[in-house]
Amino acid sequence: MLGSGILQGLAVTAKNFFGSFHDPARFVTTQYPEERTTLPEAYRNFPFLVAENAEDPLGTLRCVACQICEKECPPQCIYIEKSKDKKPDATGKLQLYPAVFDIDISTCMSCQICVEVCPFDAIKMDQVFETATNERFNALLLHKQNLAKPNQYFHRIHPSDAAEVDARLLAERKAAEEKARIAAAAKAAVPPKAPPSAVAPTTPSSPGPAPSTDPKGLPPSSPS
Amino acid sequence: MNAGPLDSAFLERAPVQLRDLLCGYVPEAVRPAAEALITMVAVLAVFGLLFAYLTLAERKILGRIQNRPGPNRTGPRGVLQPFADAIKMLTKEDIVPRAADRLLHFLAPVVLVAFSLVTFAVIPFGRQLVAIDLDAGVLYFFAAGASTELAIFMAGWASNNKYALLAAMRALAQLISYELPLLLAVVPVIMVAGTLSPQGIVLAQAGWNFGVLPHWNLFTPWGLAGFCIFLVAALAESNRSPFDLPEAESELIAGHLTEYSGFKYALFFMAEYFGMCALNSLGVTLFLGGWQAPCAFLSFIPSYAWFGLKLLSLLVVFIWIRATLPRLRMDQLMRLAWKFLVPLALLNLGVVAFWQLTAGWSAPLQLVRWAASLSFIIVPFVLLGRKLSAGLGPRVYRYAAS
Repeated sequence: MLGSGILQGLAVTAKNFFGSFHDPARFVTTQYPEERTTLPEAYRNFPFLVAENAEDPLGTLRCVACQICEKECPPQCIYIEKSKDKKPDATGKLQLYPAVFDIDISTCMSCQICVEVCPFDAIKMDQVFETATNERFNALLLHKQNLAKPNQYFHRIHPSDAAEVDARLLAERKAAEEKARIAAAAKAAVPPKAPPSAVAPTTPSSPGPAPSTDPKGLPPSSPS
Repeated sequence: MNAGPLDSAFLERAPVQLRDLLCGYVPEAVRPAAEALITMVAVLAVFGLLFAYLTLAERKILGRIQNRPGPNRTGPRGVLQPFADAIKMLTKEDIVPRAADRLLHFLAPVVLVAFSLVTFAVIPFGRQLVAIDLDAGVLYFFAAGASTELAIFMAGWASNNKYALLAAMRALAQLISYELPLLLAVVPVIMVAGTLSPQGIVLAQAGWNFGVLPHWNLFTPWGLAGFCIFLVAALAESNRSPFDLPEAESELIAGHLTEYSGFKYALFFMAEYFGMCALNSLGVTLFLGGWQAPCAFLSFIPSYAWFGLKLLSLLVVFIWIRATLPRLRMDQLMRLAWKFLVPLALLNLGVVAFWQLTAGWSAPLQLVRWAASLSFIIVPFVLLGRKLSAGLGPRVYRYAAS
C-alpha cells in the first residue's frame, strides 16, 4: 500500500533515535577533548628523531646526518646540516651528528618515506596530532629540540615496531662485537702486513651503506 | 470550593489578568492600543523563544536520529546554542549584490516575517488566549499565509540571480499547488463546525465520550483523512523536507536564500519556522481539538499548556519526517499534489457530507455510517496509490551487483 514504505522509514529513524540513548553500539561519538580514544598502533602523522638516552636526547640521537631522508623527502620538508666534529654514537663509534635538523610539518605529507629509507632507524613516525599553533610559519617548523624523543617514547607509541627495531639493533651490535673479537684475535695471531686503517676512513664517511655493513669499520677504531 | 479548581482557574486566567494589570497603568484612551501591543509582544516573545529552541531541538533530534549527540558545547547540554547562533548571524557581513534591486532585496525578508507573524493573530492558544477572535479567522489565516509566497518571489526576483529566480518560481509552483489540498482538507472541518472562527471550531470539538474519548475531528473518518492531507500539504507549504525543493542545495545552491547573508538570512529562517508553527497551530486547532484536554479528568491543566503540548508534538513529527524522507523531485511533487492529494481531498468533502447527513442514525446504523465513511476514504486511497505508483517500483538494478 502507498505510504507503507514511509512508515517503515519512520520506524527506522525512531529506532535510531531511542537506540542512541541506551545502546552504546549505536552511539559511537567520542566527546573528544574530555574523552580520548586509544589511537591504533599504526597511526602516524609526522616524523620524530629517536634518541637513545632520555636524559640527554639531543646528545644521543641515532641520526648520523647522512641526509638520505632529506634527499628522498618528496615535499622536501627536511633540512639537515652536518656537524663539523664527530661524536661517539650509541655503540661508541665516532659519527657525524646533525647540527641542524628541521622538519617543516606544514609541508610534510606524512608519507613515511624518510622512515623507510633511514638505515639507522633514527627517524620514526610520531602520533602527536594536536599541532595547532597561533603562527603559520615558525611554529610549524620543528627543530631538533622539538623532534628528539627518547626510545622509550617510541616503545610506548609503536610497541611492536620498536621491539623489532631494538632486537635488530642488538643483534647487529652483537654480530659486530663478535666480528671485532675474531678480527682482534686474528690480528694478535698474525702480525699485520698492511695497516687496515688505510681503508677504514672511507667506510664510515660513505653515507649509503646499510647498518649491517657498517660495523665492519669498527675494528680499526674501537679496540685501539 | 476547594483549592484545585481555584488554582486551575487562576492559571487559566493568569495571562489575561497579567495583561489587564499592565494595561491599568496606562491612560484610558490608549488602553486598547496597549492591550494589542502587549499581545503582540507576548506572541513575539513566546514564538521567538520557541523558534530559538526549535532550531536547537531540531538539531538535537536530527543528531540523535543519526546517532550523534548534536550541539552540546554552548552551555550545559548546548542550551545556549540558539543565542550563539543569533550572535553569529548578527555579526556577519550583510552582502547585497550590486545588480540586486536593493529595496525589494531588503523588503523581502521583512515582509516574509511580517506575514508569517500576522497569522498568529487568529489562533486560539487557550480558552481566553486569542489575539483577535475573527468570525472569518480561517479565511484570514489562509489569506495572510498565502502572502508569504509573494515575499519569496520578491526575494528570488530582487536577488537578480538565476538560481534564486528559478527557486522562487519553483517555490511559487509548489506553494500554489499545495494551497489547494490544504484548503480542501480544511473545508470539511468548517462544514461540520458551521463556522470560520477558529475559536468556534475548537469549541465545536469540546466534550468526551465516557470522559476519555475526546470529540476531536481527528477521531472521525473524514477528520483522519483531512488531517493526513493537511499534514502533507503543511509540510509542503512550510518548505520542509521532503518538500524543500525551493532550497535544494544540490540543484539551486540555497534557492531564494542564495544572495542573502547575515541577519536577513536569519529572518528567512525565522519566517520559515514561524510559518511552520502557525500551520501546525492551525492543524492543532482544526483537527486536534485546539486547547481542549484529551480526557475529562485532565482538564485541570490550563488550556494553553494543552495547546503547547499538541503543537510541540506536531513539530517533533515534522522534525522526525525531515530526518526520514529524502527530497522529492519536482514532477513527483506536482504529481503528488494534483493527482493524489486534490482528488482525495475532494472525495473527503463527499464523505463529510455523508457523515453530516447520517448524523441522526440510530446506534446500530452508526456502525454502517463508520464503515461506509472509512471505506469511502480507504478504498480510493489504496486504488489511487496503486494506480499512481504502478510501474514505478520497486526499482530493479540491472547493472549493479545485488
